[in-house]
Amino acid sequence: MTNPKLISRFDEIGIHDRPSVGGKGASLGELARAGIRVPPGCVVTTAAFEQFLAGIDPVGSIRREIEKLPADDLAACTRIGAEVRARVVGATLPEVLQEQIAIHYDELHSRTASAGNGEPVAIRSSATSEDSADASFAGLQDTFLWVRGVDSVIEHVRKCWASLYAVESVMYRRRLKLPEQGLAMGVVIQRMIDSRCSGVMFTRSPNTGDRSVIVVEASWGLGSAIVSGEVTPDKYVVGKITGEIVSRTVSTKLRMHRPNAAGAGVVEEEVPANQQNAACLSDDELNELVDIGKRVERHYGCPQDIEWAIARNLPANENVFLLQSRPETVWAAKDASPVAAPKGKPFDHVFSLLSGGAAKK
Amino acid sequence: MGADPKTRSFTLPSQIADVPGTEGWQSMYPYYTRFQPQDDQRFWFYNAMHFPEPMPAFDALTAEVPYEGLGAFTTRIFAFPTTMGIEHRIVNGRIYITANPVTDPAEIQRRLAIFQERAGYYYENWDQLFREWKVRLENLIHELEAIKVPKLPEFDEAEVVMKAKGLGQNHYVRENFHRVIELFSKMWHHHFEMLMLGYGAYMVFFDFCKKAFPETPDQTVARMVAGIEVLMFRPDDELKRLAKLAIEFGVDDLFAADCHAKKVMDDLGARGEAGRRWLAELDKSREPWFNMSTGDGFYHHHLSWNDDLSVPFAALPRYVEQLRRGESLERPTERLKKERGRIIAEYRELLRSEDERQAFDQMLGLSHLVFPFVENHKFYCEHWFTSLFFKKVREFGALLVAQGVLAEAGDVFHLQYVEIESALADVSLAWAGGGKPLGAAHWRPIVEERKRILEKFKEWNPPPALGPIPSQINDPALQMLWGITSETLESWSATVEAGHEKEIVGFAASPGVVEGIARVLRNVNDIGQIREGEILVCPVTAPSWGPVFGKIKAAVSDIGGTMSHAAIVAREYGLPAVVGTGQATQRIKTGQRLRVDGNRGIVRILD
Repeated sequence: MTNPKLISRFDEIGIHDRPSVGGKGASLGELARAGIRVPPGCVVTTAAFEQFLAGIDPVGSIRREIEKLPADDLAACTRIGAEVRARVVGATLPEVLQEQIAIHYDELHSRTASAGNGEPVAIRSSATSEDSADASFAGLQDTFLWVRGVDSVIEHVRKCWASLYAVESVMYRRRLKLPEQGLAMGVVIQRMIDSRCSGVMFTRSPNTGDRSVIVVEASWGLGSAIVSGEVTPDKYVVGKITGEIVSRTVSTKLRMHRPNAAGAGVVEEEVPANQQNAACLSDDELNELVDIGKRVERHYGCPQDIEWAIARNLPANENVFLLQSRPETVWAAKDASPVAAPKGKPFDHVFSLLSGGAAKK
Repeated sequence: MGADPKTRSFTLPSQIADVPGTEGWQSMYPYYTRFQPQDDQRFWFYNAMHFPEPMPAFDALTAEVPYEGLGAFTTRIFAFPTTMGIEHRIVNGRIYITANPVTDPAEIQRRLAIFQERAGYYYENWDQLFREWKVRLENLIHELEAIKVPKLPEFDEAEVVMKAKGLGQNHYVRENFHRVIELFSKMWHHHFEMLMLGYGAYMVFFDFCKKAFPETPDQTVARMVAGIEVLMFRPDDELKRLAKLAIEFGVDDLFAADCHAKKVMDDLGARGEAGRRWLAELDKSREPWFNMSTGDGFYHHHLSWNDDLSVPFAALPRYVEQLRRGESLERPTERLKKERGRIIAEYRELLRSEDERQAFDQMLGLSHLVFPFVENHKFYCEHWFTSLFFKKVREFGALLVAQGVLAEAGDVFHLQYVEIESALADVSLAWAGGGKPLGAAHWRPIVEERKRILEKFKEWNPPPALGPIPSQINDPALQMLWGITSETLESWSATVEAGHEKEIVGFAASPGVVEGIARVLRNVNDIGQIREGEILVCPVTAPSWGPVFGKIKAAVSDIGGTMSHAAIVAREYGLPAVVGTGQATQRIKTGQRLRVDGNRGIVRILD
């Protein structure tokens, strides 16, 4: 019997590997397989988490205790959550896992990485839950940006695992009565893009649900500034079928997130004055993004909600990366009543419209 | 925004003062076009789309007669369920209109029963009826052409006696002028015979797309509806044909930039066989394709290409030049057709159910059924017929000049048509009585005064709307013909309140945003002035302007909607266009820097 894999590279996994690597990891693997440019990386599998959990809790008391928590008992959820997190963060990883992480982290070193500090990576939680509210659930876990050095990577893997027991996550699972058994998390370790600008892209309008447009929001620096709502991004609406830019709103962008040049982590700063009112994207970049959005949507067969970044130091045609893509869920849930149904004769539609709806056949 | 929309109001009609120096202008127009005190209770808007300039006395007929035709078909003949017709008023030379909606549900039901039966008959038999319609219109045009304007010689023709006609020529002064006006009325009835039903079909498809694809611009929907081969491209195609023949016959050297039509034709006459052959081909193109108004058929001074050959001749040198450089002048119709097919198929694919796809097919199919009429009727009515109509009236003007009543033939357009009848009666009596008409002393001062007033009227900046702002507006006639919805009102009142002096709002006709230098051309005869890369600002976007589209960066017009000819051409050339601004030619000066936003329908003056 072979041992389950503890770490998988993106090119080894696809969307069906969700149970073993979590949604985010599986999706990144799937994108890479579909030929979409994503920053290279790997996923610490759920099996690695199970092994780790078994190591610190051989009798399974953690899961039992959490399942007993009443969904509305904030104090108890807070107390138990904090205890479990402390255990997770304080424990040592099995040796074999530590070695594997070190090997894969080494593989991520780019030629441009500065010596000494180690390649900057993002450590992102990758949850396995499959309920339809996955998008909201995923948002509850943590992402750590610009992590450098293998010790720091391992520390942040533990922090991601610990985030499973954040009070919001625990209460969310209790409210939905999700079983703790089998609850696990993959952790993505991915080369970090020092982005000149970044943002989100919806392959259907978030405002109206219109599937014929792609909406792109963009701001300077790392995407965390948009996701956290600290900045009003530029907004572009592009016709999916015609490729026409339907509208282009350039906002005043005051804040940006940038990697901490001195070492690790992210700093928040003012956007330089001459960039505040400048558009983040050229038409070429916008077209490239839209094209990628269309490919991803076609690949998955449904509208997508995408995070992207444009690297600061790479040439055009090599600098646009997707960081995440997941099915759009808000409008998908609303798609119900049809806009119109066929009528006996084509011109019956005219009767109905020109009579203010009085003619309904 | 102000308080409750119901309490807000534009300027009331009664609050509008005469433009100083135009006192007494009311006598230029019929009494039934004047604002009444009770009109303050109703909402009116300036029909800048069709009437961007002050109305000469005679030209007011181009509002009166169309509204007779339109209303007859919506109110009385087809009984549109929720709308009757249009009422119009004239103030300071400008035409304001309002619609009469039907809101009582019982009344709507009663009208609907009639509408379904009658409109159903037309939709059901559309192609056949349109074929017959074309024959009717061509007959009407030939009838108009055949009308003779009497010369009133010293002695009448001998055949009045030899063929025992028993009617003097002066009788035909009266009868034939009447017939010109009557045929004009018939033409406008036929114009609306099918048009409102055609627009009804468009509305259904646009409404569907707004619901299914709320952020898709109208211009994209219009691309799905529009046909590729329509009559309105034909006059321009004829020019391309003539340019090609000029090269083939070896007479292309005569078509240099800024050439004069008359001189070129004289020179061609002196070129022997080759010149004669080209002139013969020109004659073939002229009938009927040069019966193309330089406007939209609402003003007498928008001459046709046939009336003023300098318009087509201004375009020829450029086409000759392009052909010499080896460029193709062909419209890429196959590519356009394929692209339209792709867009339709992909939008259809985005629909969520087979039911929706079937409804989409029905609605788009109906739009394609009515499109040839909606697009082609303009050539028959506004261009071919109307060009000949104004020409005929001008001939009656020439008769009044010959009889000493008017100073020049064009002065006839400063009289109301009933006044022309009166002047002709004067002429007829004098010819019969052997005396002199008394009209010179009576009409000439009136004409001079009216010319002066018309100039003064141009100083007035007409408000886009008058009267209380309705809380909502969804009259299908207003929406179909003028694109007026509650949103339009909002943007007008916002403009009024905020006074966006540098912004001009119209319809987004063709997407894209560009900046450039404006070239304001009030008259298509000045087409030669436009320089490569300028932004064309013109009153109307009729096909006469077609030849410049290869040269300009963007187009802005006073008149026109998303389905207007210019919008269609601009989309084909991939130029941003904003149409139906109502006031671009008044507010923009040549040389100003503009930003044309064809996505939102906004023109901004940057200077």
